[in-house]
Amino acid sequence: MFGDYSIGDLGSIFVMQGFAGLILFSVYVLMALGLAIIFGQMGVINMAHGEFMILGAYVTWMTSNLFQSYLPGLFSGYFFVAMMLAFLASGALGMLVEWGLIRHLYKRPLDTLLATWGLSLILQQAYRSVFGAREVGVELPQWMLGSLKVTDSIEVPINGIFVMGLTVSITCAVAYVIYKSRWGRQVRAVVQNRIMAGAVGINTEKVDRYTYGLGCGIAGIAGSAFTMIGSTGPTSGQLYIVDTFLVVVFGGAASLLGTIASAFSISQTQSTLEFFMSGSMAKVLTLLAVVGILMLRPQGLFSLKVRK
Amino acid sequence: MSDEPNKGLRSPLRRKLLMGAAALPLVSILPRPSFGAGPATATVNTTGLAVTDTEVTVGILHSATGTMAISETGSIQAEKLAIEQINAAGGVLGRKIKFIQEDGASDWPTFAEKAKKLLVNDKVAAIMGCWTSASRKAVLPVVEQYNGMLYYPTFYEGLEQSKNVIYTGQEATQQILAGLNWIAKEKGAKSFFFIGSDYIWPRTSNKIARKHVENVLKGKVVGEEYYALGSTQFNSVINKIKLTKPDVIFTDVVGGSNVAFYKQLKAAGVDLSKQALLTISVTEDEIDGIGGENIAGAYACMKYFQSLDNANNKTFVPAFKKMWGEKTVIGDVTQAGYLGPWLWKLTCEKAGSFDVDKIAAASAGVEFKEAPEGYVRIHENHHLWSKTRVGRAKLDGQFELIFETADLIEPDPFPKGYQ
Repeated sequence: MFGDYSIGDLGSIFVMQGFAGLILFSVYVLMALGLAIIFGQMGVINMAHGEFMILGAYVTWMTSNLFQSYLPGLFSGYFFVAMMLAFLASGALGMLVEWGLIRHLYKRPLDTLLATWGLSLILQQAYRSVFGAREVGVELPQWMLGSLKVTDSIEVPINGIFVMGLTVSITCAVAYVIYKSRWGRQVRAVVQNRIMAGAVGINTEKVDRYTYGLGCGIAGIAGSAFTMIGSTGPTSGQLYIVDTFLVVVFGGAASLLGTIASAFSISQTQSTLEFFMSGSMAKVLTLLAVVGILMLRPQGLFSLKVRK
Repeated sequence: MSDEPNKGLRSPLRRKLLMGAAALPLVSILPRPSFGAGPATATVNTTGLAVTDTEVTVGILHSATGTMAISETGSIQAEKLAIEQINAAGGVLGRKIKFIQEDGASDWPTFAEKAKKLLVNDKVAAIMGCWTSASRKAVLPVVEQYNGMLYYPTFYEGLEQSKNVIYTGQEATQQILAGLNWIAKEKGAKSFFFIGSDYIWPRTSNKIARKHVENVLKGKVVGEEYYALGSTQFNSVINKIKLTKPDVIFTDVVGGSNVAFYKQLKAAGVDLSKQALLTISVTEDEIDGIGGENIAGAYACMKYFQSLDNANNKTFVPAFKKMWGEKTVIGDVTQAGYLGPWLWKLTCEKAGSFDVDKIAAASAGVEFKEAPEGYVRIHENHHLWSKTRVGRAKLDGQFELIFETADLIEPDPFPKGYQ
């Protein structure tokens, strides 16, 4: 397939393909981060993760409409406001859900799967009733569109760079919060031994609620960012949920580093394979590889060593 | 968004009129049709359908919930509009159409079950419904077994024909061939890159398109790619497109993937005013989600655009917007949904009966001169004769008509040499 092309052409295609892989990697990390916190730290299988993302997307859509009508001068910067609002909205809904639903199910982790799946159906229908069944188009400020011309033949999509930057900063922030802050220490203490953590004076209920809220809030930011590359409709969240679980489970549930490593390996495998064969076949081979590795290493790539 | 049509003045007006005996004579001069003046029920209904002296019942069967609701909402709206207009014009054989709406919920077995319910319990005279090929394939054995009549609105892959189905959308050769001919002639296109979602319709359509490109246009297909339904990452295939530099990108990506594909295409610096792209899956409905700025310049090939400039369409579009809101857009399938109830009404009147066997036999040759797309006629194979048109997407989400075939194109669900 490369016979007819010059070395220069091929070189620039490989550079762009490398970027495509990195962008896919960032998208996967962003998708999976919220779930990794909830699944990894709390053991809750959150099937409604995609719907929390789409809430963020709808918040972004509403913010863009508001800015267009009332603050057209500031439109170019609305996206940052939208991401903050998306974080707050999804986080608040997450905390509400934790209070009303999840906390009653901590002792029955498999039931959280069913409960949150039901929640995802309820949320989908709620979005459909409120925003309509059709997809909405989120308008982006001009500077976020198009691509950056590095050389004559190498072009890098600006929204891809934006997602990469966002992923790096959010990952760093989460790593700091979980591993360095006082609150993060409490979270990890609750994960390791809930009863002892309670005995030394940690308010475990409060920690749970905020952890769940943080995970959902990050899902909201991800949803907000994905309005740049995907669709915003009542069921769009379903498009992400399978890949998200794949990344988290493959990485090893309780490990942030595992999530990143797993997102990296899956995205690179997939984007390389996609280039040499058709999209569906690439997906099949990627999934087969993941299944194979999980059979040999059921705990995922990285796992936390906890004394049970 | 509310699903209830704006009822306007009707019910308060009626209440006022009914308040006193003095109002009684007024009722007769109201411009509302009276029903019950048609031929006797025993003669128009010999098979026990839900037909009374004043009413006839039809079913509407689409997904109002689930992932397909995005697409099927337009069809439901169009069918309700057509039924309301037919009733306002005196109904069918002197009878008012009453509809029972069932929700297929984007789930194919549910479609089959609900179709059975409509035919067996409700004894509907016809069903307007289905959208995806999968739902039609699920319903087909049911309408054949219980001898129902299905009006199916979506453009589809062909390779099917049934006494019990009228296909009001285009089959694949009707939709694709004229568009490929046009772009080959207009753009001098020789190389094509196909990209589609991975299921029966894109695969069959691309197979037909490939044969046409290779055998008739003497061009070359430089790539053919399929992505799983719901895929949101297209950067790799966009790089392949950049590498192969095709004259035309030919796409039949559907659903949420569409949005991702066009957004990423734009972000990758592919300028659709320079790179020709021909799609058979993007209507005005999809552009709502994609955003006009992401797809402006692309060509779409189908039979109807909301912007069509003809007298029928100029009354249809305002009527639709009046019923469903100023912001609603009307895509190809929505228009085809609108044809269903009208074609059924015209066929009933031609047959002088609601009996399914008589309607199936009388369908061939029925013509609908008020169709928003211009004019349609039912072929012996139960598909429609229709024109094929090419439109170019504009920033505001509408299409500008660029080309239309001079004559109606004959539907050919089993095309020779294309299978």
